[in-house]
Amino acid sequence: MLALLVVMLSLLVVIVLLAAPLYRSASEGQEERLDNRPEDQRVELEAQRVTKLNEIREAELDWRTGKLSEPDWKETDAKLRAEAAVILRELDAASAPKPA
Amino acid sequence: MAVVGRALLFIALVTAVWGLAATVVGVRLGRQSLIQSGSRAMPVLAALLIAAFAVLEVAFLGDDFSFTVVATHSSTTTPVLYKAAAAWSSQEGSLLLWAMLLTVWSTIALRVVRGRLLEVTPIATAVLFALAAVFTGMTVLLANPFQTLAQVPLEGTGLNPLLRHASMMIHPPALYSGYTLFSIPFAFAIGALVTRRLGSDWLQVTRRFALGAWLALGLGILLGARWSYTELGWGGYWAWDAVENAALLPWLLGTAYLHSATIQEKRGMLKVWNVSLVLGAGVLSILGTFLVRSGILSSIHAFVEPGAALRWTFVALIAVELAVSVVLVISRRKQLRSEHRLDSLLSREAFFLAQNVLLVALMLIVMWGTFFPLISEAITGTKTSVGPPWFDRYVGPLALVIVALMGIGPLVAWRRSSWSQLGRSLLWPLLFAAVVGALLIGLVPDVRDDLAALVLFVCAALVAGTVAQEFARGTRARMAMSNENFAVALGHLVQRNRRRYGGYTVHLGFALLLCGVAASSSFQRVSEIPLKQGQSIEDGGYRFTYAKPTVEVTSERVSLGAEVLVSKDGKRVGMIDTSKGYYPANMTATVGDAFSGETETDVGLRAGPWRDLWIAIEPNTSRILPIAEQIDRRFKNLTPEARAVGIVGVARAYLRNPPPATFRILVSPLVTWIWAGGIVIAIGGLIAIWPARSPARKPAREAEIAPKSA
Repeated sequence: MLALLVVMLSLLVVIVLLAAPLYRSASEGQEERLDNRPEDQRVELEAQRVTKLNEIREAELDWRTGKLSEPDWKETDAKLRAEAAVILRELDAASAPKPA
Repeated sequence: MAVVGRALLFIALVTAVWGLAATVVGVRLGRQSLIQSGSRAMPVLAALLIAAFAVLEVAFLGDDFSFTVVATHSSTTTPVLYKAAAAWSSQEGSLLLWAMLLTVWSTIALRVVRGRLLEVTPIATAVLFALAAVFTGMTVLLANPFQTLAQVPLEGTGLNPLLRHASMMIHPPALYSGYTLFSIPFAFAIGALVTRRLGSDWLQVTRRFALGAWLALGLGILLGARWSYTELGWGGYWAWDAVENAALLPWLLGTAYLHSATIQEKRGMLKVWNVSLVLGAGVLSILGTFLVRSGILSSIHAFVEPGAALRWTFVALIAVELAVSVVLVISRRKQLRSEHRLDSLLSREAFFLAQNVLLVALMLIVMWGTFFPLISEAITGTKTSVGPPWFDRYVGPLALVIVALMGIGPLVAWRRSSWSQLGRSLLWPLLFAAVVGALLIGLVPDVRDDLAALVLFVCAALVAGTVAQEFARGTRARMAMSNENFAVALGHLVQRNRRRYGGYTVHLGFALLLCGVAASSSFQRVSEIPLKQGQSIEDGGYRFTYAKPTVEVTSERVSLGAEVLVSKDGKRVGMIDTSKGYYPANMTATVGDAFSGETETDVGLRAGPWRDLWIAIEPNTSRILPIAEQIDRRFKNLTPEARAVGIVGVARAYLRNPPPATFRILVSPLVTWIWAGGIVIAIGGLIAIWPARSPARKPAREAEIAPKSA
């Protein structure tokens, strides 16, 4: 009897949890088809920004630990910062609110 | 209780199928509510499987022999911790554990990626649900852990004696954690391929899970090696056994991936390579599970006979994973094109690539050797194994080159380096390696005769020198920049560059581990000899004397053993105990049965930083078995109490007049370095996996890219 109760209760909880989003959507009316591409693009650019900043830091560490000569580091550093600037510009464009 | 377990499993299967269907249909129709319901199903599924596993554990801990798995894998006399671990010694329990771990990691992964990878995640979720549905389906339909017996026995058959080892608590869950964690990057790779979002964001999001999988698998492999060393009675820690190799295959691909993923993140290169490595590691993880649970290749781990249905389910799953992976990679080859080319062959990227190729070659060699029995059977009709010398011949040289690359690679800059700069960076590590080599040649005569071992020690010293120099130079640079003292600067350096310095620590641990492997396999002394009480043998500079026999009789087993006195140059080193335990299938049968049945070796081990003294005994029961048989002939139908008295009597007879026992004695140098290396690797892995604060965007936006002067 107790076993049956536990099973029924588990089943009920599962159904309620899984059905809740569907119920909510049905009660709110027509569901909008979502286009996730812009948000995903922004997240991708954000990931690129973090990577590029780490790369800039790592290049400096490479120079300071003797793996890069100073001229080589400066050249690499300038290249990386230029790439970072492009990413930041793209990120700004992706984050800007769309005209209505 | 079995009814509850069965019902929970069934609800879990329905939930997994719902999660899969809701996610796929939601993506197809663009219905967010369905996708949400699908992603909600994952934690629900995890909770259901955790509850089902808890029911199984309660049955094991409560000696509920109405459960078939409990009756066949445990007994009332099994120690409590082994009872808890016995759940995954069974086919049914281990498949449930797999499904449970998969859903737990999947729940965590979906939580971590919330709000990111909005297109990729639903596809990845569907893949994870598909895997969960297959494994849950197997536990419901083919290997149900909640099957019950019509007639409940009073006692279970007990846990396989070989599985009574502390590693049993962690080794299988660690391996399964590794296998299931590899499913996370696998699923996201499929998601990225399907949606054609093949940037580096999915790599960044799943990198920590790949690293976790690599760590867990490595821990599982090492614990298995330790188990083998201290339990199986042959003295080795690695036998190129099919199941050992099965765990090594995804680990090798995972190692390659963790390096090459960095190149894609930084340069947008090696996309095909990376996605193939991730998909390969995912498929090999299922293959590894299949090898453990199927017994298609003879292995010391083949504890079960799974049945054709389970085997074919695994084969079908692997085939589908492989086919989908190949089709997706081929069809997305345009999107997977590299964004850049290598700037120079003298760059960190080039070294990573070389190391990657070697690791994949190593994986292919191990795979060929592992599956050779099946290949040979298919071609010639006869199953032939290649054996450890075959593996050693090919793996050894490749491992040497990989260690050498580990010594040089960290000294090469990203993008482009110069030979003069590399020469300057290499100077001190090379000098250190040369000094270590010279010292070894001068002080350790054995090393002179083994060129391969000498080269490996020198390469390992190069790795250690490089790592030490990297830490020292990095700390010095930080001290100069920030006026911090050494300890604070070192702490901040590691904290701000976790991947780099965590990786270096892993390299150091790996060098230690390989030194242990090279020394213990090249310079190990092995003796196998029968000794009478009081007799001695000398080997490896030590004298081993069979001091006295020992016996131990418990309700579960009878142990016959010995105390061995070890001395060196006339001075006592210590006493080492070793024994062999006999686990009769039925403790209420005859006296003679107590000295037969399944056995387990209690290895006598005196471990040290430079060498291990390892002893295993093979007792001679030829004198006591006739006594036991005599008792059994004379007294039929003994009560358990009278039988116990008989067993103790026979054991005393063994003590009074011990026959010569055969001893396997090993003097193995640097075995401790293997375990120490493993600990250092784990520390390095934890440093690398620890989340770092990502650079804040808003406050530092302009400063981030402002040109910097030296």
